[in-house]
Amino acid sequence: MRRISSALGLMPFAVYILLFLALPTLLAVASGFTNKAGRFTLENFSVYQNPVVWQTFWSSTWLSLLTAVLGAVIGALACWALTGVKKDGWIRRMMDAASSVLAQFGGVMLAFAFMVSIGMQAFITVFLRDKMGVDLYANGNWLYTVPGLVLPYLYFQVPLMIITFLPAMEGLRPQWAEAAATLGGTRRTYWTKVGFPVLAPSFLGALLLLFANAFSSYATAAALISQGSQIVPLQVRAALIGETGASNANSAGVLALGMVVVMAIVMVVYSLLMKKAARWQR
Amino acid sequence: MSRNLSVGTAPRPWLRRLILALVTVLFLFPLLGMLEFTLRQTGGGYGLEHWQALFDPENARKYRAMFRGLGNSLLLALLVLVIVLVLIFPTIVLVHLKFPRLQRGLDLLTILPIAIPAIVMVVGFAPVYRWIGKNISSETWPLFLAYGVLVLPFAYRAIATDLNGVDARTLSEAARSLGANWFTVLLRVIAPNVRRGLLNASLLTIAIVLGEFTVSSLLSRRTFQVGLLQLNQTDPFGAVAMSLLSLIVIFALLVLVGVLTGKPRKVRGGRGAGGAGGVGGAGGAQVAVSPVAPALPGVPVGAAVPDSGPHAGPGPASLPETPHPGGAAAGPASPKEGPHAR
Amino acid sequence: MPADATTTNHAAGGVKPTRGGDHASSGTEGLGAAVSLVEVVKKYGSTTVLHGVTLELQPGELVCLLGPSGCGKTTALRCLAGLEEVSGGAVLIGGEDVSAVPVNKRDIGMVFQAYSLFPHLTVAKNVAFGLERRGVPRAARDTRVEDSLRVVGLEGFEDRFPHQLSGGQQQRVALARALVTRPKALLLDEPLSALDAKVRVRLREQIRAIVTELGITTVFVTHDQEEALAISDRVAVMNGGRIEQLGTPEELYRKPATPFVANFVGLSNRLRGVVQADGVLVHGRVLPVGSLDGASVGDEVMAFVRPEHVRVERVGGAGAGSGGAGGALAGDGHGMPGTVVSSGFLGSLRRTVVKLEVDAAGGSEEIAVQHGADDDYEPGEAVILTVAPEPVALQKV
Repeated sequence: MRRISSALGLMPFAVYILLFLALPTLLAVASGFTNKAGRFTLENFSVYQNPVVWQTFWSSTWLSLLTAVLGAVIGALACWALTGVKKDGWIRRMMDAASSVLAQFGGVMLAFAFMVSIGMQAFITVFLRDKMGVDLYANGNWLYTVPGLVLPYLYFQVPLMIITFLPAMEGLRPQWAEAAATLGGTRRTYWTKVGFPVLAPSFLGALLLLFANAFSSYATAAALISQGSQIVPLQVRAALIGETGASNANSAGVLALGMVVVMAIVMVVYSLLMKKAARWQR
Repeated sequence: MSRNLSVGTAPRPWLRRLILALVTVLFLFPLLGMLEFTLRQTGGGYGLEHWQALFDPENARKYRAMFRGLGNSLLLALLVLVIVLVLIFPTIVLVHLKFPRLQRGLDLLTILPIAIPAIVMVVGFAPVYRWIGKNISSETWPLFLAYGVLVLPFAYRAIATDLNGVDARTLSEAARSLGANWFTVLLRVIAPNVRRGLLNASLLTIAIVLGEFTVSSLLSRRTFQVGLLQLNQTDPFGAVAMSLLSLIVIFALLVLVGVLTGKPRKVRGGRGAGGAGGVGGAGGAQVAVSPVAPALPGVPVGAAVPDSGPHAGPGPASLPETPHPGGAAAGPASPKEGPHAR
Repeated sequence: MPADATTTNHAAGGVKPTRGGDHASSGTEGLGAAVSLVEVVKKYGSTTVLHGVTLELQPGELVCLLGPSGCGKTTALRCLAGLEEVSGGAVLIGGEDVSAVPVNKRDIGMVFQAYSLFPHLTVAKNVAFGLERRGVPRAARDTRVEDSLRVVGLEGFEDRFPHQLSGGQQQRVALARALVTRPKALLLDEPLSALDAKVRVRLREQIRAIVTELGITTVFVTHDQEEALAISDRVAVMNGGRIEQLGTPEELYRKPATPFVANFVGLSNRLRGVVQADGVLVHGRVLPVGSLDGASVGDEVMAFVRPEHVRVERVGGAGAGSGGAGGALAGDGHGMPGTVVSSGFLGSLRRTVVKLEVDAAGGSEEIAVQHGADDDYEPGEAVILTVAPEPVALQKV
């Protein structure tokens, strides 16, 4: 009896998850397999005959990969530096709070931030052009194109890396470094033989999270790029609001399915790598 | 006397300062760009013109949509908080106490909203909200049900990390033995002990809801971000000023909570197995919550071993750890090793 | 009264017959120290953690640094290892000044409190780590790893990962890893404090046996006085960044040089007394004094008396006091009257707490006594206590 009433306590959450996580996911996938009349069809997949769609998937992929790698490396360096400051000191508090805000708070506002800092008329741009002779826009207005997304994306990738990777970095025990030293190792051998191998799985995991984060990011791109659909989330937008006439909710479903497939591939690659890399872990 | 005899894994001070300075500059320059932009006067030069305009009743019409969006978003944040505290939190505790075998499943389930891009969810939310619009309300507020799912990974992580740091099972057994019922246990025993996790979860919820754009814009509901983007077409100065203001407010709130709750947790109780295990992850001001920490394998998070000299480590973070004799000590109670419990 | 109590009760400090204490107790002059700290000072900013610590170890000797947390024992060990830089004084290993030599060139082996095994390496690779750094060829490496694991009783565990081992096994691997390079000194930093009580006792005996067999000079840091007394050739009791007393376990226990040592090593009762020319006057009898510690005749002091040096008898009792006061009692029939507060069974013996009526001022002192488990005292019972004339430590009031 006791157990049954406890199980009943799980029901509200289960129902909620069913209705607002499972159902929408199913509907999203299903919409890719149905036509406007609600009948089963594979016609929607004709979207993938369009080379432009492949092009956007490719753009999304390299953008995500590039910002993930850069963000992971810069973020890991920041974590490394943060292990040297007091855990309850103000530097650490500021970094924690700033990382939290920047990683999770509002892609639209980040887009604004970059428009006004390195946009055409921004003071940094003007300063560089007039005082330093560096014209950021010598090759055209790139901020509102896919390469222009790299900097704004880094702006939330680095903080996300800090949040995610810092616990692992702090899990490196000082005894390991000291043990390595008493055994005759140098700082360098400590890192090559102990530090990097121990951190590798966490780093890889964080890297893939960053990739997924960039790949599914929509707000920043939507705010910066108001015309055209150069990355997949913008393609979905176009399909949803039907801005290119021919598009409809069903092709949005197919595109969404494509994104889910990419994410699934990421997860599979991740678990395969983990199996090899993490034999020593619990 | 030779230098650098000591062994450390952290970078040398000059390198540490250089890295932190560069990261700080990277973080700050767009914000400074925003500040500079909002201080530009229409007639040239710098001044507070745009900031004053923001709160000038004469401009009420211009900013109405944006402020309505802000109001909607605040209402949404409140409603999502209710979901977090009344639905998600009790479920986490229930699973932790009564169904430890479901823990792993819950860990994975709560990552799904990250693994499935929000833009994909929107495709599925669209028909759901078409139905809600027809049958319940086409206002903005029903969005809170969708938002609850979006904040789930973050709220779950913040609360679960803290819960792993207290020996909730013993606490609840003690309370039950004293005659407390389930609600009393949850409200009077567990909740006060994970107040830091609840506070972090609440703050993240507010931050995420106020910053949400993908779902609301594509479902054509009026939220703060949608309002900001609209305002940006007519008055970029106002839009940027509001953005900067909200970023600063959320940042300040997070710092404040970090300071208020920042004291490292002392090891509780005698049977430290649960008490000390999660401390490494939960210790200190942890306003930074990673949504996927449980899914990431990592070295067992822990603090420095207590020692006699001040060399023991920076700050009072060094806490005694319980011995961990392989899996032997971890009985039927799920092994708790920091936030990486698998 | 039959003053027949002659056996010494070792229970309080767990003193075992000393082992290998011969060369140590005969003085530290000898062949030349294997490891020494000479007037070592360590400062962190304005706080001084070590105030000139001097310690010499003979080759093959096992010395414990014993003290409460914060006393500087671990810092002293880390200075020896080179994990901390000394602020003054010198560290000598094998007669050479290594104060400026970095830790990885000092040729020492170190075992940490816990979790020092590299988690991503197997047991064999952990043990081989130091050999690899020294460029020992593959074949020799394998043999030595195998030998080393056999010494600690872990043959067959080569391919396990640390997380698959118990805490005690992990520490044995750490010991094998520290010993396999045949270092000049073995340094152990509270290696047992994270283990269960039973494992702790077994492992400390194993460590003692290995150290004796290999004849390796060893410094062992601990806060557990029983552990220190059980395994050391000599013990250095540290307090406040200084060595309070250096001696064999027996010396420490029998002739504590300072009140701190008397209190920290074994249990002690504190009794009020007055210094006399020939000792200290406590409750009407004069007890011999180990060290005056700056007190002069006429000073009011606290005397530290071991529970097993106090004998308890029933008032008018017919030989109930078969208890364990060592040696002849000072004076006859001049016992201190008191009332039993409580009596507890400790297995092979019993501890009884007695409240003494002390002085005209009406103050009273409680004193713990240890005696045979067969004698049982009821709370409230009137008893007589007598103190054996063993040297006591003093502290000025």
